[in-house]
Amino acid sequence: MSATTLTPPGAVMTESRVERSSFSRDTGIVLMRELRPMLRDPFSLIFGLVQPIVFLALFGPLLGGSLAGSVPGGSVWQWFVPAILVMTALFGSSTVGSNLLYEMQTGAHERMLVTPLSRSSLLVGRALKEMVTLGAQAVLIVAVMVPFGLRLHPAGALLGLALLAVFGIGLGSLSYALAIAVRKQDWMFWVVQQTFLFPLMILSGMLLPLESGPGWMQVLSRFNPLTYIVDAERALFSGEIATATVGWGVVAAAATLAVGLAVGIRGMRRSGG
Amino acid sequence: MIHTEGLTKDFVVSRKETVHAVRGIDLDVAPGELVAILGPNGAGKTTTMRMLTTLLAPTSGSARVAGFDVVTQPGQVRRRIGYVGQGNGAGHNQRAADELYSQGVTYGLSRADSRRRAGELLDSLDLAGKAQRKVTDLSGGQRRRLDVAMGLMHAPPLLVLDEPSTGLDPQNRANLWEHITAMRTAFDITVLLTTHYLDEADSMAERVVVVDHGEVIADDTPDALKTQFAGDLLVVTTQEPDGAAQLARVVERWQGATEVTLTGTRISARIANGTTRVAELVHTADAAAVGLADVQVRRPTLDDVFLNLTGRSLRESGTENEEVAA
Repeated sequence: MSATTLTPPGAVMTESRVERSSFSRDTGIVLMRELRPMLRDPFSLIFGLVQPIVFLALFGPLLGGSLAGSVPGGSVWQWFVPAILVMTALFGSSTVGSNLLYEMQTGAHERMLVTPLSRSSLLVGRALKEMVTLGAQAVLIVAVMVPFGLRLHPAGALLGLALLAVFGIGLGSLSYALAIAVRKQDWMFWVVQQTFLFPLMILSGMLLPLESGPGWMQVLSRFNPLTYIVDAERALFSGEIATATVGWGVVAAAATLAVGLAVGIRGMRRSGG
Repeated sequence: MIHTEGLTKDFVVSRKETVHAVRGIDLDVAPGELVAILGPNGAGKTTTMRMLTTLLAPTSGSARVAGFDVVTQPGQVRRRIGYVGQGNGAGHNQRAADELYSQGVTYGLSRADSRRRAGELLDSLDLAGKAQRKVTDLSGGQRRRLDVAMGLMHAPPLLVLDEPSTGLDPQNRANLWEHITAMRTAFDITVLLTTHYLDEADSMAERVVVVDHGEVIADDTPDALKTQFAGDLLVVTTQEPDGAAQLARVVERWQGATEVTLTGTRISARIANGTTRVAELVHTADAAAVGLADVQVRRPTLDDVFLNLTGRSLRESGTENEEVAA
């Protein structure tokens, strides 16, 4: 025991310091807390980075063989790489709720709810972690794919990533809201997540072009916000910036963010019960 | 430090069923006190704690914690309390020192202060060698001490602990308590905790608030509660049954004596000031030439208090009534 060597409480805290709190500062704290275990354990980071490359390497050639010439825009990679980035964001963001579920079970989330961190930062900070990973994955994918004929349009690509970040935070927030809603029956999380994930993915024309699909699928895809994100990403990665396709993508991403934050913050406020 | 008025929480379980978890609790805790809320599972202890720590909104009534209202000023309350919940506050995939550091900056400590304070607390809670360990690699007792360290990072005036020692073996419980009392002395903090361990409330708390079915049924120091609600247990064994009968008649005439029973050579009774009374009885036996074989005076336990207050033993009750939103 060496309790006597502790700094006296007055020296630990001063009133002015205690009262300061802001969304960006809180979000930074939550984000750094989320990133730290990953930085401490580079293996998980490396696996996370390699995953989309493996998928690209295995799925891309098949796609190239079966769709040669029929892919809109001509180049298979130009069509497929942006979609893989959206898919990576989709998988990463939609599953983040499971991390929160785990921390709700262990008690860490409850402890954080009793801190002065703003409730929105608890959502956004966590969701942003996936975006940091996504940024690293994107850099790697592009670096690997450029030698195979991917044409890089830096401005479009950066905007594409920003758009994905907006979408990802929104989707991540929805994933957290789901985790909070099913916290007493945690297996429900995966049931609901999978039920939504695959239809959304297929109906976005992400992996296979919907142009060759039946009419009803094309109609349904128009009601899928992900379709507009995928289309916008393809446009941005081909260097289009000020086009209607990109504009609709921005609308879809912003709508996802708005709905996600509204539902997520409401859930976060109630998650103490 | 804490002031509640008619604090109430109802949980609507279904259209037909509402659980009244907390029914109008009035509680005052002065700065510097160490108060234990004692009660069986489902008594409303945890629900009360969750309202006081801003995790749950009360159905009605009000609570001021560290000078601020838990409903209208939750941010102010949160800045001034340290909380150790029933689970592990430290994230399981985090390292001990990292979690403490995050906790520190969360409360506005600078990075350097946060690191220094984390080191100090790890030292004083005997976790210095575990700073770089993952929380999952720590033992149950170490994790619990880390949780206490997390609650103390910002040197809050009030530390709230919800069943801090549940699940720990006796040695780790004693060790945790040693640390909590040392921290309390070092920081001059107010401590509010819940427990269902009778011996713990008895030996550690300066004041025990007994809660049952969502209501406060008694509130005093452990000693006062025992004197008021239970009395000492007196057991006297004589050498001959005749002598026992003779002494039993004396005991029966004492004012305040209850549960007077005579079985063969053994007399037992409950009475306040048992030690004084037993001296009296020995004197009486001596004067009447009644030979004594054995004399015992047992201080009552808090379980005796609970039994007298509710008609149930705290050790057995509560199992059929699981706590809502635990």
